[in-house]
Amino acid sequence: MRPEPQWIDYVVILIYFAFVLGIGYVLKKYMKTSADFFLSGRSIPAWITGLAFLSANLGAQEVIGMGASGAKYGIMTSNFYWIGAIPAMVFVGIFMMPFYYGSRARSVPEYLKLRFDEKTRGFNAISFAVMTVFSSGVSMYAMGKLLQLLLGWNFNGAILVSALIVLAYTFLGGLTSAIYNEVLQFFLIVIGFIPLVFLGLKDVEGWAGLKARLANEALVHTWKYMANASDNPMGVEWFGMIMGLGFVLSFGYWCTDFLVVQRAMAANSMTAARRTPLIAAFFKMFFPFLVILPGMIAGVVASSNLERASVQQSVVPGTPAQSSFYVGGRGIIPPKYDAEGQPLLRDGKVVLDYDLATPMMLVRFFPSGLLGVGLCALLASFMSGMAGNTTAFNTVWTYDIYQSYINKTASDRHYLWMGRFATVFGLGVSVVAAYVAKEFNNILDVLQLVFAFVNAPLFATFMLGMFWKRATGHGAFCGLLSGTAAAAIHHGLTLPRGSLPGLKGGYLGSVLHVYPSEMAQNFWTAIFAWCTCFLVTVIISLFSRPRVAEELRGLVYSETDQPEELGLQWYEKPAPLAAVVVALAVALNLIFW
Amino acid sequence: MGFDIRMPIGALFSVFGLLLCIYGAITRGSTIYAVHSLGLNVNLWWGLIMLLFGVGMLSLSRLRGKRLPDKGRPNGDKTSSVLPRKKGAKQI
Repeated sequence: MRPEPQWIDYVVILIYFAFVLGIGYVLKKYMKTSADFFLSGRSIPAWITGLAFLSANLGAQEVIGMGASGAKYGIMTSNFYWIGAIPAMVFVGIFMMPFYYGSRARSVPEYLKLRFDEKTRGFNAISFAVMTVFSSGVSMYAMGKLLQLLLGWNFNGAILVSALIVLAYTFLGGLTSAIYNEVLQFFLIVIGFIPLVFLGLKDVEGWAGLKARLANEALVHTWKYMANASDNPMGVEWFGMIMGLGFVLSFGYWCTDFLVVQRAMAANSMTAARRTPLIAAFFKMFFPFLVILPGMIAGVVASSNLERASVQQSVVPGTPAQSSFYVGGRGIIPPKYDAEGQPLLRDGKVVLDYDLATPMMLVRFFPSGLLGVGLCALLASFMSGMAGNTTAFNTVWTYDIYQSYINKTASDRHYLWMGRFATVFGLGVSVVAAYVAKEFNNILDVLQLVFAFVNAPLFATFMLGMFWKRATGHGAFCGLLSGTAAAAIHHGLTLPRGSLPGLKGGYLGSVLHVYPSEMAQNFWTAIFAWCTCFLVTVIISLFSRPRVAEELRGLVYSETDQPEELGLQWYEKPAPLAAVVVALAVALNLIFW
Repeated sequence: MGFDIRMPIGALFSVFGLLLCIYGAITRGSTIYAVHSLGLNVNLWWGLIMLLFGVGMLSLSRLRGKRLPDKGRPNGDKTSSVLPRKKGAKQI
């Protein structure tokens, strides 16, 4: 049941590619200094950086992954937004941006250098640089595989063409080009997915109809079944959810990941920088309806219309010949297939390929024409995720690694050239990583695990750095190392239910605790890492020499004057905006309780 | 920095909208709508909405371009963007 895109769909996609390249080409003439290339000259208005802040994170893993989780866990998935992202985004805008933007640091690692010391910056810069390049490779691989499976496109071709397009526009236009294309992607996703949700909901007779068809109360509530981990499909209890996801993981990502923070740093003023995450949060909280809902609908929607269609459409090679929908699949979500083309079984149950939930919805509800727009939205999210990683990588590489350790005294022209070179190099390594992922799935799984360990404690370091002037460089560095180690040890001593020791944990010999699900294990690994980092940083800091308060102006809360907000309307000020965002998020939590 | 982003956004969606409208008009009554989109000619209708959105964006960018010749920072720098800082933590 493969869709057959018509010429019109390809025309739509080609037009989109032309626009993307055109934006890069036109922006080329504005790239005169390295600050233009890496920071957009700090000249972009808040609404644009806000939408880019949102879209940079809205890569394919988000669009595909949230649809998959929606199909698997239902509306509970929106906890990733309503308790995860939103509070963290409000926090970074109100409390942290004054230090990021005000310190004039050009990157997150550079802030660590200003606040703490060289070794803390080095640790963060190198782990971040390696991480972005590899995660870009992983998402490239995911894209190639998806397009191959869904549309029969050539895996190599899909990867090379998209990498070349991203290369062209980030090479030419730097961060501005990436940001402009992210804004374009935002509108493409919104305009491309609204009709999908509309048609899907119409087909299942609205939210009430969807509830009735899902026939599982736990899939349509966010909090109601969270008292016990065993009552809800995620296998997480409320404390692990709030502390693990809501606090440690979300704050760690949204407040310290340079990929998103870089967008706010490009804003044209302090208030614009602070408004950036708030504007993003405002739109972000409605995204569950665009990206999670289609996944939920995919699990229940009838494929009767497809039955009629399948007569004209070819059958995916390697799948058992069948006229209508997949044997053993749920709704329009197909099962995973083994090498012989038979549905994959685990414990006697068919393993579903949830990642196909959202793409199958596009194919199911969009006729040729609109299908092209939907595919554009998907491609745009793949490419802007890649571009986001690339621009973050080339900045950290050029400023925090190359300029700091390799060549300190070159001309600005040279650093601009280095940024362009790093763009080519970073994307090249990503392409290699995509092929490594294709051949040896496990190597990248191990890498991603290590990255998760490095990331988990990070927020403790930033929180102490920004709000406790006594925190020292030695404390921060030891805290980060021990937090990372704590994550690895906790993961190595626990297992999710039903898994064997290995990549899923339990590799340190004995298993001390079995979690109800992998997600619960992840959340608790993060909690342990954060607490360890926090405690170690505090203890070592108290035993090491503090910095003079004078040196910490603009870097620590107590030593910094509050930014002034003269002559602004109330809706232009960060605090009232934050209040509106929080109120709306609380309302959404209550509505879908 | 750069040009008004609303210009390319408006242009892209105008082109998409126009294209889909025409395609929707040509394929009126085709089985693709019965098969996929519950009998609705979504190409025509959503194409129309995209066209309106695109034209709206374009006219917004033209209006703003005329009113503010040095566009780009309507709220820019009413606030102090650099916090005072003493030496020791100097800019690299």
